[in-house]
Amino acid sequence: MSVHDFLNTSPAWMKESGPESDIVVSTRIRIARNLARYPFCTLLTDSDAEKIVEEARRALKSPDMRQVGRFELFRSWELSDVERQVFVEKHLISPALAEEARRGAFAVSSDESVSIMINEEDHLRIQCIVPGFQVRHAWQLASLVDDILESKLDYAFHEKYGYLTSCPTNVGTGIRASVMMHLPGLVLTQQINRILSAISQVGLVVRGLYGEGSDAIGNLFQISNQITLGQSEEEILENLQGVVKQILEHERAARKQLLRDNREALEDRIWRSYGILAYARKIESKEAMQRLSDVKLGIDLGTIKGVSAGILKELMVMTRPAILQKLTGKELAPGERDWRRAAIIRERLRSDSASVS
Amino acid sequence: MKCQECGQRPATVHFTKIVQGDKSEFHLCEVCAREKGEWMSPASAGFSLNSLLSGLLNFDPPGGTAAAPPRCSTCGLTYSQFSQYGRFGCADCYKHFQSRLEPLLRKVHGSTTHAGKVPRRTGGKIKLQRELDKLRAQLQAAVQAERFEEAAELRDKIRAFEQQLGN
Repeated sequence: MSVHDFLNTSPAWMKESGPESDIVVSTRIRIARNLARYPFCTLLTDSDAEKIVEEARRALKSPDMRQVGRFELFRSWELSDVERQVFVEKHLISPALAEEARRGAFAVSSDESVSIMINEEDHLRIQCIVPGFQVRHAWQLASLVDDILESKLDYAFHEKYGYLTSCPTNVGTGIRASVMMHLPGLVLTQQINRILSAISQVGLVVRGLYGEGSDAIGNLFQISNQITLGQSEEEILENLQGVVKQILEHERAARKQLLRDNREALEDRIWRSYGILAYARKIESKEAMQRLSDVKLGIDLGTIKGVSAGILKELMVMTRPAILQKLTGKELAPGERDWRRAAIIRERLRSDSASVS
Repeated sequence: MKCQECGQRPATVHFTKIVQGDKSEFHLCEVCAREKGEWMSPASAGFSLNSLLSGLLNFDPPGGTAAAPPRCSTCGLTYSQFSQYGRFGCADCYKHFQSRLEPLLRKVHGSTTHAGKVPRRTGGKIKLQRELDKLRAQLQAAVQAERFEEAAELRDKIRAFEQQLGN
């Protein structure tokens, strides 16, 4: 696959639905690994950085890796800023790696469920994203990639501290597991803050859509583990799973309550948002996310029929600025983006309702 | 992506500004960002995890500072550099700053000892050692509960493990 193919397809986690996908958008596991005998990334020379990319490239090309998929390696400096940004918006690489234009590289599997970032904060960051609530499955996939890479590369590992990472907040298992949840019910019933503060008390952390420092647009929340040392991967994942299940129940109860007590207001809100998305000529990113969130809620509650919930998950990503520019094939000023975004949403809603009904 | 201010240089500073609930995105080059006063140097970036971490790092454990070498002899990073950036320079920093690291790890993770996965190829011995510890605990429990048949089986297993480990 060429960079062009990656830029023009949507990843499996966006297209397919998974368990509990009325509320859980996706599950992601990231594991941080470093190679022994090289300085960590803050002190890495350009030539060592290139050696690491080369070692990773060879390991990824090994026949064992075929059981995971075919990987394509991209060196950051060979891509344009917009192209790198597209990979960020598809959640395949982090914003930090996109900025590491000189030394960074990454490999992506053909279905885009696995990506491996090279020379970000750590030498290697293995990331798996799967649709819906599938913590175990995502971990098994990430762990398999980890095992294969470990059989070819010497990891920095300490008997007491586990996998050594550049930042001591990741040391030990190096694992960050996140579940992305769509929680409009808890937001509308104003229970969200209470729940979020409870989450932070059990060693988990909540972030917005694009990770650390971003806010929760479109009622999307990312719940992840905070602790990486002293607990096994199984314990970390179980803890996360348990809490996510609880939030799922609360969200379902909140939706029921809204339907019972505020059905008219809720349906009005959902259909207004649908109307705007179906007819608007210009729409800003933030409004689009909010309206898409309302429509997704409408689909999940059965208020809106004939539109698949999955297409909205896809639209949430496909209307981001860099992807829009790539789809249009030219650089777009912010005003033009709003125009283009509205057009894409209209087209998708129309074709979807035509194909379903 | 080009800087939205000058339209010339590549945008390297990306941030979202929220003023009274209104959110706007900025993509600027470093020069324009500095001019607009929007650029925060990594040291003053108020909200990053690393800056929070450096807040945790700049403390001396009660009962005086443990005698830690001020510098990692492998990569040359000083402890004060580490506490400023919140990042280590190399794997050996964990050894060189161990005495200072322990209280920090306890604060961040509530623990100082890895309990998870071990690399298969390079961590074989550690894995065996862990298995051995587990078997010894099981043996203890079996003896206490007077399940002697089970205890004998466990004892044999432990012997086999000890031989593998070479003690």
